[in-house]
Amino acid sequence: MKHLIDVLDLTVQEIDALIERAADIVEHPDRYAHVCARKKLAALFFEPSTRTRLSFEAAMYELGGNVIGFSDADSSSAAKGESVSDTIRVVCSYADIIAMRHPKEGAPMVASLKSTVPIINAGDGGHNHPTQTLTDLFTIRREFGRLDGLTIGCCGDLKFGRTVHSLLNAMSRYTGVKFVLISPEELRVPEYLRKELLVERNLDYVETTDLESALPDLDVLYMTRVQRERFFNEQDYIRLKDSYVLTREKMALAKDTARILHPLPRVNEISVDVDDDPRAAYFRQAENGKYIRMALIMKLLEVEV
Amino acid sequence: MIIGQIKNGIVLDHIHAGKAMKIYDALGLGELECTVAIIKNADSVKLGKKDILKVFEVIDLDLDVLGYIDPGITVNIIQNGKVSERKHLALPERITDQIRCKNPRCITSVEQGLPHVFRLTNREQGIYRCIYCESKAK
Ligand SMILES: [Zn+2]
Repeated sequence: MKHLIDVLDLTVQEIDALIERAADIVEHPDRYAHVCARKKLAALFFEPSTRTRLSFEAAMYELGGNVIGFSDADSSSAAKGESVSDTIRVVCSYADIIAMRHPKEGAPMVASLKSTVPIINAGDGGHNHPTQTLTDLFTIRREFGRLDGLTIGCCGDLKFGRTVHSLLNAMSRYTGVKFVLISPEELRVPEYLRKELLVERNLDYVETTDLESALPDLDVLYMTRVQRERFFNEQDYIRLKDSYVLTREKMALAKDTARILHPLPRVNEISVDVDDDPRAAYFRQAENGKYIRMALIMKLLEVEV
Repeated sequence: MIIGQIKNGIVLDHIHAGKAMKIYDALGLGELECTVAIIKNADSVKLGKKDILKVFEVIDLDLDVLGYIDPGITVNIIQNGKVSERKHLALPERITDQIRCKNPRCITSVEQGLPHVFRLTNREQGIYRCIYCESKAK
């Protein structure tokens, strides 16, 4: 039995297979409509995340399965002080697979040690969110037909943004990938990541504070939010906040073949006038999340077509 | 009493100067009935200064705990006045319940009865990370 706690638990081959499967689901949804009949997914959301939960639920229903669970800790036994271990022991006897989101880092890992059914980490605090990374990879693959030989720009909060860290890690396993890391000084990638990933693995990367000058080189621009509370003072925030907002004018600098990704929800870091641009891939990305989760659920439940 | 002579016991040699008491506590030597000698700041060719611990009885040692505190220690088992076994330590792959995870966002901060487990992720630099949240051990 396998779990998915960290996207790096998967080999490149396993990720490729998931992407192939997800692409086949897009092409032939009918073939997959009943493969998980009579199976139950428990969606255990110890903190609310409507978007991720709906994606998992839609994925399970489209495979012909059913969903049980809760959508925030208040309505669950955790509010009464029950431990993760105890909750999981109980839920295992009701469900065939568990998708779990928890505010504490490592909680899904604890669950996997107690569980008799596969555990999917649906986000554990600021730590891992592997199905988001799989969604990002599937999206890049669908938009470009490949994952190698691309120049990937990541823009915004690169210090605390776990989706970016995870994407850098996952993309670093493909050949010919270049990274352009665009952020204010205060929010550059953390030192350990620069040292252990970028430098030690000898990756091709540049760091810059200037989105506009970086844009013309990028195949992928992965946008994230710059949060006010990350700044030490208000002036810095006001000075910098607009430099990392993607607008229609800035899009004129990007390649015709470029693609804009964003893990969503966005606040104002991509202005809405970009949405109609065919290069804006973030809503397609959200839809892709459902297909890759379908592929993942099938893999972990070991069901075939 | 001559503390130099052990008939049956253990000598922990080449302890980094200043770490003897930490090891004394970690191994629970204070609870032993037998003689225990702590030698601090002895001259050492290898280290300049070193500490030595002598336990006048052969006890079970948790080598993982020792290796984590100071992988440079040499363990000499003495039987009938002679060194019967000499062990060199290495950093253990895993340590359980020796250190606690300091990350307040870690599941170990709220979940009861969970062992605090750290895994060696970089042997050269001796870096341990929490198996749950991957924070570095401090
Ligand atoms: Zn931890």
